[in-house]
Amino acid sequence: MGILDILQSIIPPAMFFSAPLIFTALGGVFSERSGVVNIGLEGLMVMGAFVGIVFNLTFADVFGAATPWISILAAMIVSAVFSLIHAVASVTFRADQVVSGVAINFLALGLGVFLTKQWYDKGQTDMVSQPFYTLDIPVLGDIPVLGPLFFQNMYLTSYLAIILAVVAWYILYKTPFGLRLRSVGEHPAAADTNGINVYAMRYVAVMISGAMGGLGGSVFALTIALNFSQSTIVGQGFMSLAAVIFGKWHPLGAMGAALFFGFAQSLSVISSSIPFLEDVPQIYLLIAPYVLTILALAGFIGRAEAPKANGEPYIKGSR
Amino acid sequence: MMFTNRMFNILVPVISVLLGLIAGAIIMASFGYNPLNGYQALWAGSFGDIYYFGETIRQVTPYIFTGLAVAFAFRSGLFNIGAEGQVIVGWLASVWVGAAFDAPMIIHLPLALLAAALAGAIWGFIPGLLKAKLGVHEVIITIMMNYIALHVSNALIRSVLSENQDSSDPIKESASLASNWLMEMTSYSRLHFGILIALFAAMIMWFLLEKTTAGFELRSVGFNQHASRYAGMNVGKNIILAMVISGAFAGLGGAMEGLGTFGYMPTHSAFTNLGFDGIAVALLGGNNAFGVVLAALLFGTLKIGALNMPTAADVPSELVEIVIALIIFFVASSYIIRWVLLRFKKEGK
Repeated sequence: MGILDILQSIIPPAMFFSAPLIFTALGGVFSERSGVVNIGLEGLMVMGAFVGIVFNLTFADVFGAATPWISILAAMIVSAVFSLIHAVASVTFRADQVVSGVAINFLALGLGVFLTKQWYDKGQTDMVSQPFYTLDIPVLGDIPVLGPLFFQNMYLTSYLAIILAVVAWYILYKTPFGLRLRSVGEHPAAADTNGINVYAMRYVAVMISGAMGGLGGSVFALTIALNFSQSTIVGQGFMSLAAVIFGKWHPLGAMGAALFFGFAQSLSVISSSIPFLEDVPQIYLLIAPYVLTILALAGFIGRAEAPKANGEPYIKGSR
Repeated sequence: MMFTNRMFNILVPVISVLLGLIAGAIIMASFGYNPLNGYQALWAGSFGDIYYFGETIRQVTPYIFTGLAVAFAFRSGLFNIGAEGQVIVGWLASVWVGAAFDAPMIIHLPLALLAAALAGAIWGFIPGLLKAKLGVHEVIITIMMNYIALHVSNALIRSVLSENQDSSDPIKESASLASNWLMEMTSYSRLHFGILIALFAAMIMWFLLEKTTAGFELRSVGFNQHASRYAGMNVGKNIILAMVISGAFAGLGGAMEGLGTFGYMPTHSAFTNLGFDGIAVALLGGNNAFGVVLAALLFGTLKIGALNMPTAADVPSELVEIVIALIIFFVASSYIIRWVLLRFKKEGK
């Protein structure tokens, strides 16, 4: 088995494991850059997965092959609206943002499973009939070496994740909107003095994180899980949150961290087909992503500085 | 009528719980259930007879521990999401010691409890150390530690604590918290002596935080690290200490399951949620020991009572998860509750 074959069995699964994490982490970057801690990413993913699956099951006959795409769109919209709860609590009601995020996590799971039981009379939904499928990209897939590695057997959503990461970087660092959003997270009082509506910016940022979390959750559900139950999203949101911090609150950093997590998770799945990994006990591969993250954070990443006003409600007129 | 801070601290959780229950009733009504039947089923399923009562108290026991764990860290300015992993390693360690040794109960049981506390403490020490020395965010490290605990304990159960089985060998009688007397009294629920240890732990936490110098330093660091450093306190040491103690509480919570409820440890395909629910308990309890006990009682009641709701009232038990989420949400939004209360007070004049 050559090195190319090995890479070929690593890269596509790493890409599809990491795509949901990338989406969600990007959302987290927006929210936290505006100064709202979002521990509710997990719940937003749950909501996204739930809506994505339910929409897909309900409308598969209507939209045919376009169903998964419309499903993730629906999931984005619903999750964005759902994240308003977090926005209202943490921006308007000056709630402790961590607490309100925890509430989001509990609420999304409770609602999702409650409604599933309500509508399907059982704890989990049926399998969707219109999930995303892997495909080979025409032309690009025929390139020698690179083609099989990056353009065959891939989900389009994996490319979407990388494209959106670049878009997020552009928005945050190259547009006036991004500058305002970041300034609100660093020094809201100064931003307010300059005529930026702190509350509005934070609302928008949280809703972006809601939409992206919904996207991440629904993509996970429609590429990997294929149904919704209590245990569809277990910890992917927390991993995304880790990616936000690991990536130092930078969209491309978060993407890199999410890719790393995806790669590490895929290792334990595909290890049996890779020569030098097949003798390693499963347990080491299972904990590898988490141990490596801790080592990385303790070692070369160094002290990560969160946005200055992260987690602090802004109270007009206070100093 | 005076609104002191103290009164707010009591009123806000009470109002939050009421609002949460009302919202739950509205949800039930809007899906065509009778909210009264629903809550009646909940009550019957938690306090309706002596068996359910025993089960409720059993559920409250680990909640007190995980609530204390999260609350203790909160008071020192740290967010311990890792109670979940600390519960798992505590459970594992207690079962390990409980099964591997033979000793009189007076030695064996304390030893097993100590092992659990120690395992949890070590699991808390690592994020504490990294936070204190390197400034690594404790939230992310504790999340990672949760997964490591889950996978490592599953592997150890299969390889060391049993011969390739999906649960560990049962613990020896001499390490067990279970009591025939309590079980018979509650028509064979799984109630065990752990509840006494939990209440004792709550008293220890109260005493430690409120009545000792070490506790004063921990709280001080929680309020303002810079001021504490300026006052000559060793902030890093206090951060580590807080996480170690917090982890020990959570580890004991695991021992309640290992030595009390189950007497063994099964492999877990997902988290126990005891640690995550502990976050809710701590928040509703206002992060103080007495409040944590009350909040654990409430959440234990809701969780056990919920199991009766599908059969007795046809309501999915997840309704309770929604109610709990809303209660946390209202607690978080205490600002608005205070604001409304003050409004009423002004208009009353």
